Amino acid sequence: MNIEIPKKFKPLINNAYQVARSTLRPISRKYDRGEHEYPKELDMLAAVLDGFNEGDPANSAGAATTGSGKVEDSGSVKNGANMGVCLGAMEMCYGDTGFLLAMPRQGLGNAAIAAVANDEQLERFKGKWAAMAITEPGCGSDSAAIRTTAKKDGDHYVLNGEKIFVTSGQRADCVVVWATLDPQLGRAAIKSFVVDWGTPGMELARLEKKLGIRASDTAAINFVDCRVPAENLLGSPEIDTKKGFAGVMETFDNTRPLVAAMAIGCAKASLERIKELLEKQMSYDYGKPVDNCSAVEAEIYKMEADWEAAYWLAVKAAWMADNKKANTLEASISKAKAGRVGNYITLRCVELAGSLGYTEDELLEKWARDSKILDIFEGTQQIQQLVIARRVLGLSSKELK
Amino acid sequence: MAKDAIGYALTALNRLASSELLDRLGMRHTAERLAYRLTKGGFQVLTTSARAFKSARKVDRPERLNAPGTTTDLFDLNITEEQQMIRDSVRAFAGEVLREQAERADHGQGIAEEVLGQARELGLNFFAVPEALGGAANESTTITSMLVAEDLGWGDMGQAVAILAPMGVANALTRWGTATQQDRYLGSFAEEQAPLATIAVTEPRPLFDPMVLNTHATRDGDDWVINGEKSLVPLAAEAELFLVAAATEEGPAVFIVEGGTEGLTVGEDPAMGIRASAQRPLHLNEVRVPEQNRLGDEEFDYRAFVDLGTLAWCALAIGTAQAVLDYVVPYCNERTAFGEPISHRQAVAFMIADMAIELDAMRMLTYRAACRAEQGKSFRREAHLARTLVKDKAMKIGTDGVQLLGGHGFTKEYPVERWYRDLRAVGVAFGGLHL
Repeated sequence: MNIEIPKKFKPLINNAYQVARSTLRPISRKYDRGEHEYPKELDMLAAVLDGFNEGDPANSAGAATTGSGKVEDSGSVKNGANMGVCLGAMEMCYGDTGFLLAMPRQGLGNAAIAAVANDEQLERFKGKWAAMAITEPGCGSDSAAIRTTAKKDGDHYVLNGEKIFVTSGQRADCVVVWATLDPQLGRAAIKSFVVDWGTPGMELARLEKKLGIRASDTAAINFVDCRVPAENLLGSPEIDTKKGFAGVMETFDNTRPLVAAMAIGCAKASLERIKELLEKQMSYDYGKPVDNCSAVEAEIYKMEADWEAAYWLAVKAAWMADNKKANTLEASISKAKAGRVGNYITLRCVELAGSLGYTEDELLEKWARDSKILDIFEGTQQIQQLVIARRVLGLSSKELK
Repeated sequence: MAKDAIGYALTALNRLASSELLDRLGMRHTAERLAYRLTKGGFQVLTTSARAFKSARKVDRPERLNAPGTTTDLFDLNITEEQQMIRDSVRAFAGEVLREQAERADHGQGIAEEVLGQARELGLNFFAVPEALGGAANESTTITSMLVAEDLGWGDMGQAVAILAPMGVANALTRWGTATQQDRYLGSFAEEQAPLATIAVTEPRPLFDPMVLNTHATRDGDDWVINGEKSLVPLAAEAELFLVAAATEEGPAVFIVEGGTEGLTVGEDPAMGIRASAQRPLHLNEVRVPEQNRLGDEEFDYRAFVDLGTLAWCALAIGTAQAVLDYVVPYCNERTAFGEPISHRQAVAFMIADMAIELDAMRMLTYRAACRAEQGKSFRREAHLARTLVKDKAMKIGTDGVQLLGGHGFTKEYPVERWYRDLRAVGVAFGGLHL
C-alpha cells in the first residue's frame, strides 16, 4: 500500500498549477462579471494543452483522455490517465472552475466519446470539441425519463426534443445528445449521438444566467427533425434490455471522480486563501488536539481533514478506473464527499473572512458560488447517496426509489 | 456555582442510596468501585509482578525495520499476499471469537484468558519483533499492524485493545528501543509465554493534551523517579511491562516500568466503553526506574510515539464503524414499517449511504498517515487530520447505528449500544496502543 502521488505526475500538476495561477486567476473576475463573453484567452491556452496532449497524453490536464488508453507502468499497478486527468483538473479548478469547464476540446462530450466510441469514430471525432446534452426541462437526475427521440430513417436518425444545461453547448464543435430510440423501452433504448453544429434542425434556444461558473456557457438547444448520420451513434445501435443503459452510465464512473476533483480544486483555493488571511491567528503546528485550539483553528483543521479525505477518495476512484476495477460505488462516494465538502468549505471561508470574503475584491465569494454546481451536475449529492445506498443495501431502483 | 452544604449532603445521600441498591442487586464489582471512590487516593490493587527479564546477547546497535521493499512510487491500495493472509485469519478470529465474546467481556470488564491465548496463537506479536530477536518481522509493519487493528476492532473494540496493547509495546520497542532495551525486553514478546504489556499516556483531566503531562519524571542519581496518575491504561492490573509517558525537564519522555515495581498501583474506574480492555487508572508514587529505562535515544520522537497510538485508535474506530454498517444493512432490510422494509425510505437509506461515505473517508486519511509512518516519512500532520476526522465521523456512525435500530438499539439485546459506547473512546484515548 502506498498513498502518495507518483513523481511522474509532478510535471502535469506543476503545468496545471502554473496555468491556474498565471493565466486563469488574473482573468477570473473579468469573465465572472462579463457572463457570456467568450474568454478568448482560453484559445491560446487550449492550444498549449493540445500540445501537452499530443506529446504526452498522460501529462495533459483535460478531460479528453479519461477512460481511454491506459498508461503502462512496470508491474501490475497502473497510475494512468484517469488519475492524471483528475490531478490536472484539481489544479485548473484551483485556478478557476468556470474556465476548466469552458476549455476548448476538453468537454464532457469528449469524455463520453473517449469512453464509448469505436476506433473509426475516435478517429473521425478527433480534435473536435464535444459538449454533452443529457438534461431536459422535464428530466434532471432521472435520465431514464429522457423524452428526446431518435427515429431511424434510412441511414440517418431523426432527433426531436429540447436539451438544457449543455455546458459549452454553443461554443463546442458538436454535442453528444442523449435520446431514446423508443420511449416505451425505458433506459435500454437511450443512446448517445454526436451532432455537429450546423446540422439543420439544431438551434440554440438561449444561454443561462447563473449563480456561478459564469465563464462557462450553459446552453439550451432545440432539435426539430434534426437528421444525424447513423454512424454518429456511439456504442451499439441494438436495444439490449439487459445491458442498455449501463453502457451510457459507465461514463459516470470516469466523470464523477473528475467532478469530485473539480470540487476539491475549487475548495483548495478557498482554504489556501483563508489561511493567508488568517495568518496571524493560526499556528498550523498540527500538534494540539482540535478541542484545545481556538474555534477558528479547529474549524480550519476540520475543513482540512475533510478536504484531504475528499482528495484521496477521488484519487482512489480514479485509480480503480485506471486499473479496470469496477468503481461505480467509489466514484459516487468520491463525488458525494467532494461535493458536500467543497461547498461547505467555500461557503465557510467566506464567512470566516467576514465582509472581506463577501465582497468582490476577493475571489472567495466567487468560489463559494462556483462550488455549488459541483454538488449538482454529474449527479446531485442526493443521487450519489441513492447510488451508494442501493449498492450498500443491495436494493434495486424499484425498491429504493 | 460552587456546591454548598446541602449539595454535599445530597451527594452523600445519593451515594448511600445507590450503594444499597447495588448491594440488593449483588453487583459486587460496582460496589467495590464505590469503596474505592469513597477512599479516593487509596489505590490498593498492585500490578502484576514482572518476570525476570534477561538479556539474551550483547549488541551495540538496536534492530530497526526498514520501509517495505514492495513499496513503489505508484499510488497503490493493494495489500500484499501476506497481509491478506493475516487479515483473513484475524478477521475469522474477530468474527468467531471476539464478536461472540463481546457482550460477556464488556459486562465482565475484561478479556477472557482463553481469548488472549487464542489471540496469541495468531502470532501477532511475531510480526512486531524483528527476526534477529526471534520474531518474524524483516521490514516495517505499520500497515500490517493497522489492518490487524481494524479487523480486531471489527470483532470487538474492547477486547481488541487488550490484544493490541502488548503488540503495541513490542512495536514501540522495535521502533524506538535502544540495543539494551531491545535486548532485555523485546525478545520475550516472540516467546511462547509472551508478557502482557501496556502503554500509559492519558491522564484524567478535561482537554487532555498528550504533549502536556502532569506525570513527572525527575533524575535522582542513576535513577528516574516518576510521580503521577494515568487513566485508561489497558490491562493495567495484568501487564508485566509498562511504557509510561512522563514530563521531564527536556520535555515529554517515555519510561519502561516493570510490573510490581514499588509505588506502582492500579485503581478501578470503569468507563463508558472499551470495558473489555481491562483498562484501569495507574498510579505512580515515587516509582524508581534505572536511567537506561528511558525509552529510546536522541532519535526518540515522542510526538510520533503518541501519533502511532492515535492511528491505532483510528484503525479500531474504522473496524468498529464497519461493524455498525455491516449490522444495520441487514437489519434495515428486514425491519418493516408501514408495509415495507425501512431501508426503502430515503431518510434511512441516506444515513446508511453517509456511513459508507465517511467510513471510506476515515480509511483514506488513516491509511495515508500509516503509509507515511511505515515508510519513515513525516506523518504528524496526516495523523492529526486523521484523528480530527475519525473521532467525529466514527462517533456519528455509532450514534446513527443506535438511531437506526430505534428503541431496540438502546437495549443490550443488540450490539449497537456497545459500539456507541466504544466509539466515544477515540476522542478521549491517547496511547495504550502503538502501530
